[in-house]
Amino acid sequence: MSQGSELGKIEKEVEEALGGFFENIGQSAMGFLESLGGMALMSLRTISSLFKYHFPLQPFLSACEFVGVRSLNLISVVALFTGMVLALQFAVGLERFGLKIDVGQVVGISIIRELGPVLTSLMVAARVGSGIASELGSMVVTEQVLAIEALGANPVHKLVLPRVLATTWMTPVLVVAADIIGVLGGMWIAYIEAGVTPRYYLEQIQRTVSVDDFFSGLSKSIFFGFFIGIISCYQGLQTKGGTVGVGESTTHAVVYSSLIVFISDFFLTKLFILF
Amino acid sequence: MTILGGSGSGKTILLKALLRLLVIDSGKILFEGRDIIPMNEEDLLALRRRVGMLFQGAALFDSLSVAENSAYPLREHFKKSEEEISAIVKQKLALVGLPGIEEALPNDLSGGMKKRVALARAIATDPEVLLYDEPTTGLDPINTTRINNLIKSIQEKMKVTSIVVTHDMGSAFSISDRLAFLYKGKIETVGTKDQIQQSNNALIQSFITGEIPDERARRPF
Repeated sequence: MSQGSELGKIEKEVEEALGGFFENIGQSAMGFLESLGGMALMSLRTISSLFKYHFPLQPFLSACEFVGVRSLNLISVVALFTGMVLALQFAVGLERFGLKIDVGQVVGISIIRELGPVLTSLMVAARVGSGIASELGSMVVTEQVLAIEALGANPVHKLVLPRVLATTWMTPVLVVAADIIGVLGGMWIAYIEAGVTPRYYLEQIQRTVSVDDFFSGLSKSIFFGFFIGIISCYQGLQTKGGTVGVGESTTHAVVYSSLIVFISDFFLTKLFILF
Repeated sequence: MTILGGSGSGKTILLKALLRLLVIDSGKILFEGRDIIPMNEEDLLALRRRVGMLFQGAALFDSLSVAENSAYPLREHFKKSEEEISAIVKQKLALVGLPGIEEALPNDLSGGMKKRVALARAIATDPEVLLYDEPTTGLDPINTTRINNLIKSIQEKMKVTSIVVTHDMGSAFSISDRLAFLYKGKIETVGTKDQIQQSNNALIQSFITGEIPDERARRPF
């Protein structure tokens, strides 16, 4: 085979590979935009169903129990150990600057402004998001969602609204619990590792952490809760292809919810700093 | 009316389209002379109150009891008292031969019982039209006969129009006045039981006898 034809063959292969690469990127981008549009539409339908139909009190309370009460143990453990490890790290780090005694300020502000809301929301995304997506996905593949429509009800009102309201409402409640538990965990380790008395630790937090800090974290978690609810419901209702599809939807729900928590955290923090 | 057709021929899609459970790109579906495709939500609700559907896998709500499942369309479409709802549920469950199982959960029921509860739910609002998606699929012969008898008795007692989608020839000939044969998304033939049985169409004959069609046939499966 001549050198020219060999080169031509390689050129063609590279061209095909590049074409496939860009095609994949294009398809992914289209899929992402389609999902984004779908989720925006579902958000609008969910909000409008709140005013259009009667309030689904019983499903809402059940969803609150699932999102809030049953997540409390997990959130408590995560918050406790986050507070403890923060106090441990800062006790060591601040000692280098002779500021070991101020560990309470750093732990308090870190937990209340940032780590409490973000870590709690990530746990909600993992536990609740996966639960919602798999439940709705199973309902789709067993035609229960179609049955709801056939029986004269609106699936968004029956399935999405109570779940989204519950995640939006319960995530901030869990954040408050996580803030308290995290600060107390930090207090314990600050006393053991840095010799900071609980009274001094709490006084420092009282002096340093403002009401604005607390409400900034709390307000962010309301948005996180809404995003987790919408993404999980959307992914669940978009399930295709039987049990494999349910698994995929569940994975997507957790991954996208976690990503959106991180991404929106930056923009919401910036927004709250501006106003 | 029974719609026959092989797997993947579009039977279930057709049935779901009749209740507008799918997004329909083009065409018309007329109910009492009115196209259902451009209908608004209110009209669609009124339509769904008059048309019941039995899904292939029963599609009972796992988290609700048999009574709550059967009462679901009543709560959605009417403002009835709990006593009225309870009385209707009892009556419909008795009609499908399952009295006294109101408190059971769908997971505690056999496949045949699930289908009958789903049927009780479909007839709860006294619909004028009933759509059955593969009502006997996955059932043993006794339950198959039971469901076939139920379809016939409900048709007679409630004076409903039944549209059944199936590939079970025994059921089709047992319950139907007329049959239609769906092939690749199009109705090939419509006729009475006798007309279908005596049809010269190779496709229909293959379907009735269960023989693999001749490779040289005009349009093999």
